[in-house]
Amino acid sequence: MSSASEALVAGLLVIGALFVLLGAIGLARLPDFLTRLHAPTKATTLGVGSLLLASAIHFSDLAGGRISLHELAVACFLFVTAPVSAHLLAKAALHRSTPATGSGTPGGAGREAEQGPSTGAPPASASGAGRLADNDVART
Amino acid sequence: MLNTALEIAFWLIGAALALNLIRLLRGPDLTDRILALDTLGINLIALLIVHGMATGSAAGFEVALLLALLGFVATVALCKFLLRGDLIE
Repeated sequence: MSSASEALVAGLLVIGALFVLLGAIGLARLPDFLTRLHAPTKATTLGVGSLLLASAIHFSDLAGGRISLHELAVACFLFVTAPVSAHLLAKAALHRSTPATGSGTPGGAGREAEQGPSTGAPPASASGAGRLADNDVART
Repeated sequence: MLNTALEIAFWLIGAALALNLIRLLRGPDLTDRILALDTLGINLIALLIVHGMATGSAAGFEVALLLALLGFVATVALCKFLLRGDLIE
């Protein structure tokens, strides 16, 4: 194996593992579920893609120039399914947070819940503010 | 150089798995736990890839593909259950 491709594989490995760790830190540290959803679905998928690229270069090099295509299947599958599962998780989280906010359309209630208590929107009466505060207590 | 990079990658992915486990254990809501399980599966795929590179065998890719498939189906089924209250209506 030439030293240039070895350096490329090593760099891609470290960068991919760093992105995987970044996604896990975001998952563990971010305050809200809808913000927590962002870290693994993007950073971790990118990190796994980088690791798969490193593996493809490594095994293509080991096989003497024959391109290794196992990684392509895993990468295609992960890159297609990660947004779908994230979308379904966001839908499930909105669906679970909606009944606690009382009446209203599902989309509107979800968007109100995302904004938090400090917005002071015009239609927010006293009961509306109480609803938002209850929702925030329930979410934290 | 490659061995050092492989060891660093093992340590970083192990730390990521530990952080996912923390979120899985103390997630306040059910959706947090589902998300942590999904991310745990993806990080296991990353660990399998790095392990395959360290041992030099390409047998881990089928396992990785199977794990990705199972993780996706599990996440979709759990989300459908939370949305509908039932899987097969």
